[in-house]
Amino acid sequence: MRPSAARLLNILVPIKRHWCRTVDYAVKIRVNPDQKGIDLSVKHSMNPFDEIAVEEAVRLRERLKDTVKSIKVVTIGPPKASETLRTALAMGADAGIHVEVPESAPAPEPLGVAKALRAVIQREKEGVDLVIMGKQAIDDDAGQTGQILAGLMDWAQATFASKVEVDVGKKQANVTREIDGGLQELQCRLPLIVTTDLRCRRLLMWCTEPRYASLPNIMKAKKKPIEKLTPADLQVDLTPRLETIKVAEPPKRLGGGKVENVDQLIAKLKEAGITAVAP
Amino acid sequence: PHALVFLEHREGVIDNGSLSAVTAAQQLGGQVTGLVVGGPEQVKDVVQKAKKLKGINAVLHSSSSQYTVPVVENVSPLLEKLLASGSPFTHVVSAHSSSAKSLLPRVAAKLDAPAVSDITSLEHDSASNATTFTRPIYAGNAIATVRAPPSIPLKFFTVRSTAFSAAPTEEGSEAEDKALEPVEVADPTVLHIKTDLTKSDRPELGAASRVISGGRALKNAETFNATLEPLADVLGAAIGASRAAVDAGYADNSLQVGQTGKVVAPEMYMAIGISGAIQHLAGMKDSKLIAAINKDPDAPIFQIADVGLVADLYEAVPELVQKLKQTQ
Repeated sequence: MRPSAARLLNILVPIKRHWCRTVDYAVKIRVNPDQKGIDLSVKHSMNPFDEIAVEEAVRLRERLKDTVKSIKVVTIGPPKASETLRTALAMGADAGIHVEVPESAPAPEPLGVAKALRAVIQREKEGVDLVIMGKQAIDDDAGQTGQILAGLMDWAQATFASKVEVDVGKKQANVTREIDGGLQELQCRLPLIVTTDLRCRRLLMWCTEPRYASLPNIMKAKKKPIEKLTPADLQVDLTPRLETIKVAEPPKRLGGGKVENVDQLIAKLKEAGITAVAP
Repeated sequence: PHALVFLEHREGVIDNGSLSAVTAAQQLGGQVTGLVVGGPEQVKDVVQKAKKLKGINAVLHSSSSQYTVPVVENVSPLLEKLLASGSPFTHVVSAHSSSAKSLLPRVAAKLDAPAVSDITSLEHDSASNATTFTRPIYAGNAIATVRAPPSIPLKFFTVRSTAFSAAPTEEGSEAEDKALEPVEVADPTVLHIKTDLTKSDRPELGAASRVISGGRALKNAETFNATLEPLADVLGAAIGASRAAVDAGYADNSLQVGQTGKVVAPEMYMAIGISGAIQHLAGMKDSKLIAAINKDPDAPIFQIADVGLVADLYEAVPELVQKLKQTQ
């Protein structure tokens, strides 16, 4: 017998397109001469923590099989952000929602994004039981949206998750979180907002073959539906309430000092007052 | 202005990050009230310490068995009530710690206020009730100046602890304290199962004055520990790691220094076998003295290191340990 609708899991994964996915230090961020932002002409891709979130959702389905009814991905961004949705669809999500904003619009702040996500959740006919999203975007580094969304929905939240086990029948999840100095395990009632941390990614790296690289998956992703919405459809105002006055280069650190050997290194440390401590 | 500072504590001691948050709150130029939330057995000692902190004018405290492990869903209603309309507060301040950064945005959302994360400086204009902050973005490759205008009556922000000194204790001074009724959550949605803190005799990474960090060149967990521990011991340093070392499983996640890990700014930071990706530099480039040992002379870490040694770490580190012991 098929499980009743109430016992199926609908997962939503909000993702963000950002400047560059690479971990290559050679990609430098340049501040625009007008000091209003940064040069965005560099490569764009999915925020790495969001990629972990998509992967985690797909893995949940692998474990929970048909009890995961849907995995939807949602992004808020300019027209090109739909490419990022396609990537997530190629990784295994079923459908996408694109809340489209003009290329020239200022980047919405976390509170605005969370309000849009709330509206998206409220539109979902079958509801949303689990939101999985990255713990932070590595462009603005705010790390707030998941918590804000949990506050707006008055749902449970599990931030900085490294492990998520869902018991669909009991409508609860056990989540292991990375906290300062260690790990914490929480038992959370669904609906729940999970934000993903590093250890999940480590698992991701161990994948023998990244899912999104496979051609058949990319072809399949092209046929999956993407629903287009505007902030007006959702009745949300994405205008930032905080004012960004300036974006500047950080003060340069003058390094480049070299020593020839360990003795000289010790001498330099000593000059700075760094010596051995008593055992 | 009147700031409410969320004071975190562990085993009766106020967290260093919270002490930095007090200093930041003080720079707003008005009243500073501390808030201590905890279990019935925990709060009393912490309140006594909080009252003696320089710059604190008052301490509010609330205790409940629901706060013994401060699960966000249980603590949030207390703050919502305290900050609801009619409250005297203009700012809500905390460390950028894992628990405070889980809590503050949730509370801010309940009050429809945006929040500013991980600030490194601030300036408040009392006349207009506008506060201007700086905060690093793009892994510290850019510094944003952000203004919370008067139209945001209650301004939430978390504080990068390396950017503000810890508020000292001032003997003789004593702020007044007041108990708040806890706001019990009737049917909690989240149950705490367990917390495992990594036990170490070494200084805590975030607060240590000296840090020895290792990278991918350390090969595996065994070599990582065998190479770095003797050096950390002789220098009394905490141990950190690059993301590459954490990803490869050489070091625990809690040791990661960088954009998405810990941000540290010790007196001395020594990077061993770390090439220096921007994401790593974001977590340590404000250290006072940066030393680096790497066999690749072109490693980017040397561009920001004050003292760079191009050498095989497996020779240089043992020699360094031995010679430091001799000069002790």
